[in-house]
Amino acid sequence: MAVSIPKKLSLDKYGPLIALVALVIVSTILYPRFIEIRNLLNILRQVSYTGIIALGMTFVIISGGIDLSVGSMTALAGAFAILTLNAVTQGLMMFSPGWLGTLLSILAAAAVSIVIGLAAGFVNGFLVTKGRIAPFIVTLGTMAIFRSLTLYIGKAGEFRSVSSSYGDMGMSVILGIPLPVWIFFILAALLSFVLNRTKFGRYVCAVGSNEKVARYSAINVDKVRLISYVIVGLMVGITAVLISARLNSLSSTNAGKDYEMDAIAAVVIGGTAMTGGKGSVWGSVIGAMILGIINNMLNMLGVSPYLQGLVKGIVIIGAVSIQRGWFNNGRTEK
Amino acid sequence: MEVIVKTEGIAKEFSSVRVLNDISVEIRAGEVFGIIGENGAGKSTFIKILAGLYQPTAGKLWFDGKAVEIRNPADARGIGISLIPQEFNLVSDLCVYENIFLGEELVQKNGFLDIKAMVSRTRQLLSELDVSSIDPYARIQDLSVAQKQMVEIAKAIAFDSRFLIMDEPTTMLTSKEVEILFRLIERLKAHGVTIVYISHKLKEVKRICDRVMVLRDGEFISLEEIANIGIDEMARRMVGRELKEIFPEKKPAAGEVVLSVHNLSVEGLLHDISFDLHVGEVLGFAGLIGAGRTELAETIMGLRRAESGEISLRGKPLQLRKPWDAVHAGLSYLSEDRQGSGIITSFDVVKNITLTSLREYAKPFISQKAEIEKSKFYVDRFSIKIPSLFAKLEQLSGGNQQKVSLAKSIDTQPKIIIIDEPTRGIDVKAKRDIYVFVRGLANAGISVIFISSELEEIIGMCDRVLIMRSGRIVGELPSEKLSEEEIMYFATGIKGGY
Ligand SMILES: Nc1ncnc2c1ncn2[C@@H]1O[C@H](COP(=O)(O)OP(=O)(O)OP(=O)(O)O)[C@@H](O)[C@H]1O
Ligand SMILES: [Mg+2]
Repeated sequence: MAVSIPKKLSLDKYGPLIALVALVIVSTILYPRFIEIRNLLNILRQVSYTGIIALGMTFVIISGGIDLSVGSMTALAGAFAILTLNAVTQGLMMFSPGWLGTLLSILAAAAVSIVIGLAAGFVNGFLVTKGRIAPFIVTLGTMAIFRSLTLYIGKAGEFRSVSSSYGDMGMSVILGIPLPVWIFFILAALLSFVLNRTKFGRYVCAVGSNEKVARYSAINVDKVRLISYVIVGLMVGITAVLISARLNSLSSTNAGKDYEMDAIAAVVIGGTAMTGGKGSVWGSVIGAMILGIINNMLNMLGVSPYLQGLVKGIVIIGAVSIQRGWFNNGRTEK
Repeated sequence: MEVIVKTEGIAKEFSSVRVLNDISVEIRAGEVFGIIGENGAGKSTFIKILAGLYQPTAGKLWFDGKAVEIRNPADARGIGISLIPQEFNLVSDLCVYENIFLGEELVQKNGFLDIKAMVSRTRQLLSELDVSSIDPYARIQDLSVAQKQMVEIAKAIAFDSRFLIMDEPTTMLTSKEVEILFRLIERLKAHGVTIVYISHKLKEVKRICDRVMVLRDGEFISLEEIANIGIDEMARRMVGRELKEIFPEKKPAAGEVVLSVHNLSVEGLLHDISFDLHVGEVLGFAGLIGAGRTELAETIMGLRRAESGEISLRGKPLQLRKPWDAVHAGLSYLSEDRQGSGIITSFDVVKNITLTSLREYAKPFISQKAEIEKSKFYVDRFSIKIPSLFAKLEQLSGGNQQKVSLAKSIDTQPKIIIIDEPTRGIDVKAKRDIYVFVRGLANAGISVIFISSELEEIIGMCDRVLIMRSGRIVGELPSEKLSEEEIMYFATGIKGGY
């Protein structure tokens, strides 16, 4: 019997990429300076913070969940990063340790931020799996909790770093490319590999597609779910370091604001189904870039910043409705 | 005789692959019209066109002498066509009565739902089907597959339809429910309802149908009055050649005990189950629906918690904490509920086959090459008919999905395999392949627990049979004493106490 590979190019897979290319072309025509390397790198740097979170969010959404707490979580982890940085820096001051001390303090800050992210992700995952509470509710709750903790610790003010090197790191550029962009792409490559080539990645898709079949296939459904929340927590921990270093401070009221929106939007625009079961990490990277380019163009064309949310909203709804359309076409032929 | 449905040149292509070609038939009002054919022959595709689920690529349809276009299921229902689909189409979070009236809810004068009327109508339908044990308020997800099947039937007859299509309605049913269904068919027929009946159980077709159409590879082969065609001839036309009617020779193994279940109980489902399974043995489990066979299998696999009792493997107690434990210990389970717990319809063939055994392919990263290699092996071994290895399971015919499900459960290289309705929806030829394969496993020292509602295959395949009723083992029959009557005596309680 003949077993052939389908020739049909699937819109499902390449839709977001096609949209990105089209957007780049249109933007260049509207505003030729758009395509300058400097501008492009700037856009990439801007999107990399929420982009990194979107990478983790991709796993959560594929597994059939959602995480609304990532914004507040960023603030909390970032706050602890700066507090740690300052404590270590001041603690080491009397030894006048030079560059080694700087390195130590930054590493400590990063480690604490990441641990906070992992722990917060674990709490979300634990409540969802063992507590059997809907992800939307759990993370809506922790969103409030994390923000409130940040505000309390920071007395609703700003966390300022005492180390200028921390800020230098946040602004650093390696081989012409900003540090966050490097990290964004390295993590994307890594997580894409995890999704496509490891058991865990396959299990995430299985759990999101049909939980019961997954259970009957000897997959530890709760563990898979839990880990996906922990992954998003890890990503948040990393972003928190990058963004707090970038500003060399962190506002307890504003840090991470709307990050959940941007991260979820990037995932959805990137073609990952909100119903779970399938999706793509690189798709989310593309989704983040699409959002970034739209923002950039609106700025360049002088559109009121108050209207940018409107455009973003339309793009999200549009992306989902296009997906839904493809999905339905598939269904009538089922 | 009056013609109710006429088709002319009906064809269907999926991404330019033709799966149905030039079907022109006339279905008479008030007859039971059988359709048979191998897995993937196009039976379901044909009736889905009649039910408005698919649009034909070419061809015309007449209903009641009028040319019609059936663009969607609502159109079909509008002219009196209903369908009992091969795969359940019930919303598992909703309860029975809500499913039956889904989209056709009864409403009171004040605009509120008339729940009372819907529930009482549901009760009436269920008692007509002799399954009053199903609660109209029960959620679909809590029902067994057989009960789900009965709900599908109730749903199809809830609204007086003139043309009722049944796509393999009996794969999940035991002889008792099959009798109920046949009585229902007779009754509907007496009221002038036309019935299209698809089945791989040729005996049933012979008994209930007035005429039978044979399809092969999407082509019309023949349409015959049932009186003029025997069961062997039906099989021959389906396959295109002579079929040897055989079960492979039994080789009763007197090997040592490999699995021992002792006083196993699950609240309300299983009571004091004890039995031994020997190396290389094919041990049958017979019983009526609700006897607890599937629940027992699930408990052994660690998918349900036992409240008391012991399961030991080669003398050592088996600890079942997570689903993986049983698989790791060398057990494997083929679920009776194909789409509910067996396969992921949105995954492709390869990913389904390797889902449980993925650890074997991920060391530490998944080797797609190895996965594909292995999948090709099963596709050949079981003659699975697929458009491509990367076709999603939802694009496969029901019988071919079943074969993928079987391949998936074997790919863990189990020492003990529990197969629950393994030949569900599988055509006559492939059935024989599977019987030979299962016997081959046993001969290679693998122990098989064979659960089936088809007594013929229980008798033909098993070295020993345990009969369950209401969660208890009520009888045991050695191979030489197997007969349908004897099994039914125990299954229905004439023998065996309780
Ligand atoms: N959505 C689809 N996309 C592509 N191919 C399909 C699709 N649905 C069915 N097919 C193909 O059409 C052929 C006929 O399928 P169909 O379901 O009609 O078979 P069947 O006769 O009902 O078989 P079975 O006895 O196994 O239920 C199969 O080869 C199947 O792979
Ligand atoms: Mg079919």
